[in-house]
Amino acid sequence: MLKIAKYVVYDILRSKVLLAYTLFLLLVSLALFSLETDGAKSVVSLLSIVLIIVPLISVVFTTTYFYNAYEFIELLVAQPLGRNTILLGEFLGVAFSMMAAFLIGVGVPMLVYSPNAMGGVLLLSGGGLTLSFISIAFFSSVAMRDKAKGIGMSLLLWFYFAVIYDAIVLGILFSFSDYPLEKAVIALASLNPIDMARIMVLMKLDISALMGFTGAVYKQFFGSSFGLVYTLGIMLVWIILPLAVSVRIFKKKNL
Amino acid sequence: MRYIFSLLLLVSILFCEAKVITLCNQCEIKELKQAIAVSKPFDTLLIKKGIYTCMNETINKPLTVIGENRPALDGQLKDEVLVVMSDHVNIIGIEIRNSKCGSMKDYSGLRVFKSKDVKIEDCVLFNTYFGIYLSDSKHILVKNCKSKGANYGNSDTGNGIHLWKCDSVQIEDCHLEGHRDGIYLEFAKHCFIQNNYCEKNFRYGVHFMFSDNDIYENNTFTNNGTGVAVMYSKGVHMFNNKFQNNWGDASYGLLLKDMSNGIINGNSFENNTIGVTMEGGTNMRFEKNNFTKNGYAMKVMANCRLDTFVRNNFAGNTFDASTNGELKENLFENNYWDKYEGYDLNRDKVGDIPYRPVSLYSVLVEQMPYAVMLMRSFTIDILNRAEKNIPSIVPETFVDDKPLMKMISQK
Repeated sequence: MLKIAKYVVYDILRSKVLLAYTLFLLLVSLALFSLETDGAKSVVSLLSIVLIIVPLISVVFTTTYFYNAYEFIELLVAQPLGRNTILLGEFLGVAFSMMAAFLIGVGVPMLVYSPNAMGGVLLLSGGGLTLSFISIAFFSSVAMRDKAKGIGMSLLLWFYFAVIYDAIVLGILFSFSDYPLEKAVIALASLNPIDMARIMVLMKLDISALMGFTGAVYKQFFGSSFGLVYTLGIMLVWIILPLAVSVRIFKKKNL
Repeated sequence: MRYIFSLLLLVSILFCEAKVITLCNQCEIKELKQAIAVSKPFDTLLIKKGIYTCMNETINKPLTVIGENRPALDGQLKDEVLVVMSDHVNIIGIEIRNSKCGSMKDYSGLRVFKSKDVKIEDCVLFNTYFGIYLSDSKHILVKNCKSKGANYGNSDTGNGIHLWKCDSVQIEDCHLEGHRDGIYLEFAKHCFIQNNYCEKNFRYGVHFMFSDNDIYENNTFTNNGTGVAVMYSKGVHMFNNKFQNNWGDASYGLLLKDMSNGIINGNSFENNTIGVTMEGGTNMRFEKNNFTKNGYAMKVMANCRLDTFVRNNFAGNTFDASTNGELKENLFENNYWDKYEGYDLNRDKVGDIPYRPVSLYSVLVEQMPYAVMLMRSFTIDILNRAEKNIPSIVPETFVDDKPLMKMISQK
């Protein structure tokens, strides 16, 4: 499994796309940190990058990589290797390289300019998002045989989680605004990795606004150490679940 | 005529000789009661270092009470400690401790009742239900005093300095901590509150009720339960105060309720859940204030009229403003908003397009508070932007037509 992962990493490094991604993140974060004198404000701007761009790139890159490596995977399947070993090896390779890119691109400037708890949480949530969206991309590429369909599905899933989902939540809140919705909102947020990541950072960033009447409820829940464990647990579920499903599909798949 | 007067004055000074009565644990006079009894008007009581039991002692003639090395008057939790019921009393450098706590009567460490020209300086109050209680008094100076609220139970504590029906009271350089309200003013006119530090009070740092024409400046209010409240008062001016770190579900830097004709100038509001809440404010003028890092910089309710907000800085707030309806007849002009995204083609340092401080999202949160969970979501950004281009939900009149491009330095 690790050997496969190693080859995947070599393969990815050769393609230079990942290098471009790393440079892009590095440039953006450096620019944000040096332009803005207030560290907290650059974290806010970085947050939107982490919440939108990072999942998008993760999804697109993983899906295209998977289809490009299809022949290699077919070759591996012909070898005496378990199918789950192959897929997990592929996942590890992609995950390792994407995480490295993210940590170098965002983590290093963060360490230099704003080495505090807020930065740490941003890195944590960004890392979680990277992994969960790679996992989601694996799911859609394994589920779809056709490359265009696979990429389309990945993009659709990204769009759903990044934009549509929050609109749906807003709609639900709007139609049920007469009911006590605290718990429902926590449950709704758990159904979207991007929301989870956002809330994690929010707890550090907008504490004073969240201290308002209803915000206090969330603060109590997400701001506690149990809340942190909960958010991290849900993130972990969002990494493992799509991956597990894709392993299941891949095992039975007629290649 | 003038000479005769001067002569009379001279003679009176020569014959009027004030005695100094010394009080100490080894002296002939060991108790304040005795000392007051033997003293004549305008004498000085000098209290040496030590602890003196003092229960509801009344100073009923013009005396100067001076503590040497801050002696302590102890009420032993049985009654009030010291009461002043005379004009021209000076109390300097003593510690007052352990007054009784009760809800039927407002027990206090030092009560001044129906007096004029009283000076209280360098005093420390410790474990008293109310600290200094001024009622029906005029021309009082409280300076350089320290008071720490008692811990009788949860919120069972009185106010640090309590004013009831007073006129021309000056409170300076005091440090008030752990009371219900740091300074409480009810029916107090022409008061001047300066350079005080109010922190960790359970309710408000300063609380005004029906107190007109007061000024407070250069005070710091931090970490109070719900901030500072000024209610039902006219002509209260606030200059260069700091309102900080008031966090909680009903916390404000400054709460203004049914106020009129006040000037709020040069204050800084930092790290509060809500910087300023104004309800029923008329003719208030906010100028050169700094609003930074608040949850909401300000909440201006729709029943405010004729208020002016000019040359304020709004930076790093989660929401710049919020309101609950159509805001009419208020002026917002020449403020700096860090969320402003306009341009300045003619380079006059004033943005060419108006800025609306109320975003769609803050209206949404006002209507359905649970939506606070969607803060900083991409979807919300898109909605806000759409609303900005074609305003339909946000109040149309809540607008700064001449937003500044650069932050104003307020000093």
